[in-house]
This record gives sequence, C-alpha cells and structure tokens, in this order.
Amino acid sequence: MNTLELRSVAVRGAGGNLLFRPVTLTVAAGAVTTIMGASGVGKSTLINFIGGHLPADFEAEGQVVLNGHDVTRLPAEARRIGILFQDALLFPHLSVGDNLAFGLAAHVRGRVARRAAVAAALDQAGLAGFADRDPATLSGGQRARVALMRTLLAEPLALLLDEPFARLDPDRRADLRAFVFGHVRDRGVPVLMVSHDPDDARAAGGPVVTL
Amino acid sequence: MRTTEGRTLRLLVLGLVAVGLVFPIMAGLWETGRAAFGLLPAIGAEQPTLAPWREFMTLPGAGTSVALTLWTGVASTALSLAFALGIAGAVHGRVRAGRMAQVLTPFLAAPHAAMAIGTAFLIAPSGWVVRLLSPWATGWTLPPDIETVQDRFGVALILGLMLKEVPFLLLVTLSALTQLPVRAQVAAGKAMGYAPGAIWARVIVPQVYSMIRLPVFVALSFALSVVDMALILGPTTPPTLAVAMTRWFLSADTGLILPASAAAMALAALAACCVALWIGAERLVACVGRARLRRGNRGLPASPALRLAAAGGLALLALGAGTLLSLALWSVAWRWSFPRALPESWSLAAWTRPGAGWGNALEQTLVLAVATTALSLALAIAWLEGEDRAGMRRARWAEALIYLPLLVPQAAFLFGLSVVLLRLGLSGGLTAVIWGQMLFVFPYVMLALSDPWRALDRRMDRAAAALGAGPWRRLLAVKLPILLRPVLTAAAIGFAVSVAQYLPTLFLGAGRVSTLTTEAVTLASGSDRRVTAVYATMQSTLPLAAYGIAMALPAALHRRRRAMSGHLA
Repeated sequence: MNTLELRSVAVRGAGGNLLFRPVTLTVAAGAVTTIMGASGVGKSTLINFIGGHLPADFEAEGQVVLNGHDVTRLPAEARRIGILFQDALLFPHLSVGDNLAFGLAAHVRGRVARRAAVAAALDQAGLAGFADRDPATLSGGQRARVALMRTLLAEPLALLLDEPFARLDPDRRADLRAFVFGHVRDRGVPVLMVSHDPDDARAAGGPVVTL
Repeated sequence: MRTTEGRTLRLLVLGLVAVGLVFPIMAGLWETGRAAFGLLPAIGAEQPTLAPWREFMTLPGAGTSVALTLWTGVASTALSLAFALGIAGAVHGRVRAGRMAQVLTPFLAAPHAAMAIGTAFLIAPSGWVVRLLSPWATGWTLPPDIETVQDRFGVALILGLMLKEVPFLLLVTLSALTQLPVRAQVAAGKAMGYAPGAIWARVIVPQVYSMIRLPVFVALSFALSVVDMALILGPTTPPTLAVAMTRWFLSADTGLILPASAAAMALAALAACCVALWIGAERLVACVGRARLRRGNRGLPASPALRLAAAGGLALLALGAGTLLSLALWSVAWRWSFPRALPESWSLAAWTRPGAGWGNALEQTLVLAVATTALSLALAIAWLEGEDRAGMRRARWAEALIYLPLLVPQAAFLFGLSVVLLRLGLSGGLTAVIWGQMLFVFPYVMLALSDPWRALDRRMDRAAAALGAGPWRRLLAVKLPILLRPVLTAAAIGFAVSVAQYLPTLFLGAGRVSTLTTEAVTLASGSDRRVTAVYATMQSTLPLAAYGIAMALPAALHRRRRAMSGHLA
C-alpha cells in the first residue's frame, strides 16, 4: 500500500533557527492529513522540503519515506510526489490540452492514446472540449481543476496540497474541495495538505496536525 | 543537499567566464603595462625602462589630450546623469514605462559611430540645422566659418555622448524606479507640502541613485575611453587621449607603440582617479543635500529643474531623431547645394554603385553579431540556469565579474590583448574579433536577462519538477518558452552592442576584419557624405531590425496566449 511518512522532519531558516518542532507522521493511502498553522510558520517550506523543492538557504533534517523508500536525497522530478499550489500555475505558453500532455506519464505511448488520456481527464474535470483553449481564458475554478488533472496524469505516489483553495471565492471552494478530495480518494494516494482554514481540514476528514 | 545539483554546469560556466572574460582583460592589462615599461619582445624591446612614459609626456599635445579626456568624460557623464534623473522625474507617472522604452529604442539601438556621423551631418556649418535656418534667419548663403564639429572644447563630442548616454541612463533609472514605491512616497511628500521637484530630488533620487551607480560608472568609463565618436566629433589637434593613443598604436612607426602603451596605462589610471573623484563628489552632494533637507525648504511649486530637464529631454529627443533622419536623407541625396533645406535631386546611386562595397562589410558585421550574440546568450542562460539549480542568489563578486569588462576602460587592455592573441596564433581572424566583442556583448546580454529571469515564478519550475520533468526538460519546455520575449530582447541588445563595436574589431582584427562600423568611421573623415551615410544608415538599421524581430516574434508565436502578450515582470 502507498504510504507517505515523515520522520523527525525539521527545517532551519537562514539564521539557523528551527522553523517548527520536528514532525513525525504517517499518511495512509487514500487518506488526507491536514497540517494546520498560522501563516509564516513554515507550512509551505515543509511542503517544499517533502517535494524536493527546498531553496539552498534552508537546511533540513529528517527523512521523507515514500512506500518504504527514503526519497529525501532524490531530486524533485524523481520522487513522484505531486504538488498543487495556491495558484494553478498552468504553463502560460501551452494550451490546456498541452498542459495536461506535459503532465501525462511517459509510459502512455502513441499520439492517439495520449490524446485520448488528455480528453478523458478533461471530461472528468467537466471541461470536455477545452483542449485547445488558452489557460488565461479559464476561470479560477476551471484552472484549479486543470491543475489537479495535470498532477494526477503524472501518476504521483503521493500528493501535496499547499493551501489549494485559498485563492478561490468562498462559494466555489466547497465545489472544488469535493472535486479534489473525491478524485484523490479514488486514486488511493496518500495526501498531505497544509492550510490555515479549519473548513479545509473538516472537508478533508482526516487527521489534523498543528505545526 | 540541493547545492550539488547542477554543479557541473556551474563549474563549466565559471571556467568559461574565467578563461573567456577575466583572463583576456587581466592578460591584456598586463601586456599593455609591460609594454608601457619597455617590454615588448615582438618589436625587440626587452629592457625595462621608463623611457616610454617620458616619450608619451613629451609627445605634442599629450597634456592637452589628458585635460580634454577628463573634461569631455566627466562633463558628458554628469550632464547625462542630471538629464536622465530630471527627465525621469518629469515623465514618471505620466508616461507608461513600456511606451518610454519604445521611444528610447532607436537611440539605444543606434551605434555610437552612426550617431556621431549623424550629429556631424546635423550640426556642421554646412549641416542640416544651418540649412534649415538659412538664409531666411541667418542670412548665410555660404556655410559659415564656425567651429561646430570637432571644436577645441569638445562640446560636439559631449553632445554626441549625451545622445547615447541619456537614453541609456534614463532606461536604467526607469527600470530601477519600478522597484520603489514612488507613487506612495510622492503622495506622502506632497501631503507635507513639498513641491514635486523637491520630493524628487530629496526622496526619490537618493534611493534610485544607489541602484544605478554601476551603470553610471560604466557610462563614465566609456566616455573616457571612447574612440569612434571622439574621432568624428572630438577635437583633432590634439585629440582626446584615447584617440591619440589609438593613432600611435596604429602608426607605421612601431617606435610609437611603447609610448602608446604608456598612454593606455595613463588612461586606465585616469579612469580610476575619475571614479574615485566621482565617489568623493557623491559624498559631498549627499552631505549638502541632507543639510538642505534638514532645513525643511519645500521647494518652488513650479519645479523649474524638472521643467528644464523635460525641455532638455525633448530637445535631445529631437536632436537624436534629426540625427538618424539626416543619415537616411544624405544617403539618398544627389544634388544638394547650400543652403537648401532639402536635396534638389534624389538618387539611390550611393547604395547601388558597384564600388560601394558594403556587401562584404555587411556580411562580416552579420557574422560577428550573430556569433557573439548566440555565444553570449548561451553563456548567460547557462549561468542563470546554474544559479536556479543551486537555488542560490548571485554573490556580489559574481555581479562584479559581469560588470568588469564594462568598468575597465577598453582602450587600456585591447592592445595588450592583441599581443596575447598574437602569441596564441589567433590574431587577425574572426575568432579573435568574436572573442574581443564578447567581452562587451556578454555583460549587456547578462544584465538584460537577469531581472526577467528572476521574476519568473519559481513555483512554475517546481510544478514542472513535481510532474516528473527533469532539469533540461524544465529549461527547454517551460522556462525558455515562457521567457521568450526577454530572451529575444537580450539577444537584440547583444546584437546592437556587437554591431556598434569599433575598437575591439580594429585592434583584434589587425585591420583584416572590416565591419560597417569600422568602414563608416574611416569614411567619416573623407569627403563623400553620401557613401558615409549609406554605411551609417545600414549600421543603425540592423540593430533596429533586431529589436523589431524581438518584439514581433513572441507576439506572433504567442498570439493565442493572453498571458504571454504583455511583459511578464
């Protein structure tokens, strides 16, 4: 079974001071663990460390273990840990379809098969026929859904959510939460979310850790 | 942990910069310095001696040359800075930064030599300005006998330098201003009853100046060692030190090489002294400024200094436009007797005459520009990508390294460099000239690309990595396409810098490589304005075309991508 484990993970800032107490936790497949904390406490830094994106001016200790393998020293692209940010961060020079094709795992071969996989993902996101659209013409909610599909097409073994609903209108938030959590539960990947919104944690329905 | 990433790339870049950029400057200074003390085995000089210095000081006009260099270099830089800061104050908040950059582009793109030739066409006694005013306003029916170009006080040279330096410093200032909360600070100042000009001088300028200090030193060093512009617009007997030195170096009498080397070292020392004096002047101005500020004087409500700068800016703009226009006009003029305002007959003969011979110069210019720009761009991208992969910010010494070739006066090390290249067997070929030009092209490309590169959202790169894309795929498929516009703009700047190079082409090409610029400068001393105008027009059109492509290509490629149409930063 897929699991994501953090073993005594701690990050030091530029001054050498610890950003938060060392974190040890295990996220089971299909479960969503929420890490809560005030802004500025280092939630995004923790996410960056787990994903392999930590800038050089931070120092980190502890291990990130994915399905029993220590991935702490692997580069980000080899970890197979997907990440969703506050912003969708769709590549502005590519169409919606090409954004998804960028994410789609390389083992799906052949132009027809890859096109079909992209079309299927758009369909699941309720965006059928959007393949040729410019990402800049999509609404915030549509972009967020494309970003999730792009991440899932890469077939991650674990998923990190960095306040993915914070930038959305409150009335859209509930829809998107249901969309995101529904999809990740179906895939059976462990999900770690950081947020400062208690509603996010409630909707996730998993364990809550406070930094 | 992550610092090991991309280590090979960073070591490669560091090695290339050390061997390609730092070594030629250091070795060039060293060889010039040795020759200044009588050591140049190539011409049989093997005894260390002070004789070259004595010779240099007794050469006719040496003292006047030094004084002229000091005067034109410092005056043109100080005036350009004052105008740039004043114009920025007058236009800020009224003209969009992008619009302003477009207006400045032709002046930034035009090579110094072309600008100098155009200025001469414009302000010479038989130039366009006098023609437009004669005889109805001046009464002249023959060109007047006044020294307006190559005047002994260097006024024409200072004017020509200002036509290039004011746009450069203005652009740098406007881009620095975007990093300051100018609007809020001006509002706060106005609320305390200060006049706009007083707020600009007391609040904004001190902040912005510290950000544009290095470009100011670049302008100063350039003005002190400029050769092409000084040949065309500067005084002749005696000329500025850089021109005199170049003449001695290239003279048939090899005995003049040693005193010329002493002159080159004197120029380097002069530049160092000027920078030191400038820093002293900065302190003094800051001190006086703070004392005035403490008195709480609110300034004149009409802000006369800003108005003066705006008027001066408009005048310079008109002069610059007239300069470029007069080049084009003269290249197609046939009969044009004084004092008519426009030619009586037109002809393309100067362009199409078989003996015009610009084809070869154009080809060499293009080969050099494309090669230096491509190499500089590749090195700049490798450098920035290396920084990204290490996740590190640029160290101060690395920033200084980029500026080094622009801060050391080029006249001081180019001769020594040609000696080094001769020993390496590279002298006189395209390779040598490409290498020499890159010393000046690379810094500008690097400086143009650094800010937009850093402005790219780092999370874009992380998102691509989380999708499994390795570093090279992220660079080629995500970063470079998103940064296409700034990359092409940096390339256009590099192209323009390469086309404008005069001294590196002259010294390192050993007279065997002739470009539009070297030909234009040679022709400028001749009598046929039409042929000169053809070369100068082509010389300023090429960079402009490069800028045009840099603007049109991203717009065409990304016409269906809304987020890519504007500026990213």
